[in-house]
Amino acid sequence: MREWIRSHRFMMARRLTQLGILGLFVAANTYGFRLLSGNLSSSLVLNTLPLADPFALLQMLTAGALLGLDVLLGGALILLFYMVVGGRAFCSWVCPLNMVTDAANWTRRVLLLDKTIEKKLWLSRSVRYWVLALTLIVSFITGVSAFEMVSPIGILSRGIIFGMGMSMAPILCIYLFDLFAVKNGWCGHICPLGGFYSMVGQLSLIRVKHDHTKCTLCMKCKEICPEKQVLGIISKQSGAIVSGECTNCGRCVEVCESDALSFGVRNYINTNVGEKR
Amino acid sequence: METTDKIAITPRRKFLTLMAQGSGLMALGGMVWTGYLEEAKSAPLILRPPAAVAEVDFMRLCIKCGQCVEACPYDTLHLAKPGDTKPLGTPFFIPREVPCYMCTDIPCVPVCPSGALDAKSVSKITEGVKEFDITKARMGLAVVDVESCIAFWGIQCDACYRACPIMDSAIKLEYRRNERTGKHAYLTPIVNSLTCTGCGLCERACVTEKAAIHVLPLDIAKGSIGSHYIKGWEQGDEKRLEKASGDVTTHTKRSEKSATDYLNANEEMFK
Repeated sequence: MREWIRSHRFMMARRLTQLGILGLFVAANTYGFRLLSGNLSSSLVLNTLPLADPFALLQMLTAGALLGLDVLLGGALILLFYMVVGGRAFCSWVCPLNMVTDAANWTRRVLLLDKTIEKKLWLSRSVRYWVLALTLIVSFITGVSAFEMVSPIGILSRGIIFGMGMSMAPILCIYLFDLFAVKNGWCGHICPLGGFYSMVGQLSLIRVKHDHTKCTLCMKCKEICPEKQVLGIISKQSGAIVSGECTNCGRCVEVCESDALSFGVRNYINTNVGEKR
Repeated sequence: METTDKIAITPRRKFLTLMAQGSGLMALGGMVWTGYLEEAKSAPLILRPPAAVAEVDFMRLCIKCGQCVEACPYDTLHLAKPGDTKPLGTPFFIPREVPCYMCTDIPCVPVCPSGALDAKSVSKITEGVKEFDITKARMGLAVVDVESCIAFWGIQCDACYRACPIMDSAIKLEYRRNERTGKHAYLTPIVNSLTCTGCGLCERACVTEKAAIHVLPLDIAKGSIGSHYIKGWEQGDEKRLEKASGDVTTHTKRSEKSATDYLNANEEMFK
């Protein structure tokens, strides 16, 4: 039991923040407890501080909207936070869809699908940047925020906060796609919001750090990692995982039995550790 | 097939093919996506919260945060979910279920963070103080189906008239003699498009199985005269022409040759 808690400590913390944020939104909408009201697109903290989704704002701006100062300030705050501190942490610590795709991954592991199903469909990890570019082009052409109009993240979070309706259908699609079509298909390949935060969070401070002298080459980290291309330095050199595609989910840290991985602050001052890039 | 064997697969060829594939797939995805969005965004039968800007701009500006939905004390507003067949995530209301009760402090409007609900359009200035005036809202226009309205049968019913928050202005009762009975009157509801806010209280109150009075979006409910017709008997109506822009002349194949203006051609003579 203790071992289980140790190897799931960040996952439990992540579920706590994901559900906690949604819980606050629900509390504001249904009970009038307005600590955090609105949803992930745009919200108000304590009725005063605005927060907003910078990617949604970017789409609205390309669609030709003139935006108010409040919402721009809210977007800038969120952008700054992930840029400087969190990196791509939105994806694993806030996004409610992460629970769905993690569930698909879990099912994959339990059913041993990676070993039993022959891989038929291949997607490049960089598809998300193409989709990101396409989002902006289509927003410009149609005059509406293209991704926000179809985003399963928005559908799920609005569903939980304001009522589900038929929202489970698109969410089930994502689950089935990740389960049977492509491993980590949505979050790791297609989602333009993930691509956006990958680009935004490239220089952020909080990073997973590796000590290669402790590494036993068990490769559990690479097995569990939803973006395993970021773990290139494992067992080869010490330092931080600097790729913006790392979601800071901490799965690698918690499954590592030899303490070779840990969360830390990126070292920008000492140039010898190879973290500056 | 011999010729293709001779073509070397150079890095240059690979690169160009890769780019072609990328842009080809982008074009494919882009066209499907654009097609869907163009369909989805133009769902015309949708009633927006008070003070909503014109639908095209509303689709641009609404960030789908649901602050207006939260602020509404009557749970009038909903965010469109999958299955509602409305643009996803945008707020709307269905008056037959829950109409807009026209709160005087309009709580749904000032909370909008992105300007999709424009507080200025429902504000007035009285004695130098800016205050909200919900009667300036134009969410839609109530339209009466005279076939299914029982007042037009001669049965007395003034449910919509009494439900209207701007009674005797947005809905008036017109009195007319009932020739069939010879001794009764028709009291029929007439909607005034200048003052109707489209709140839908009339639609909610209507006693027929399916409401005989219902709110339609302004774009659909209203026609447009254009600048060909002017009320000559109304002073200043021709000023509308000054605002008219663009070409208002009819063009046909015949009109390319200028017609003989035989009535006015000799105007000089009559001076």
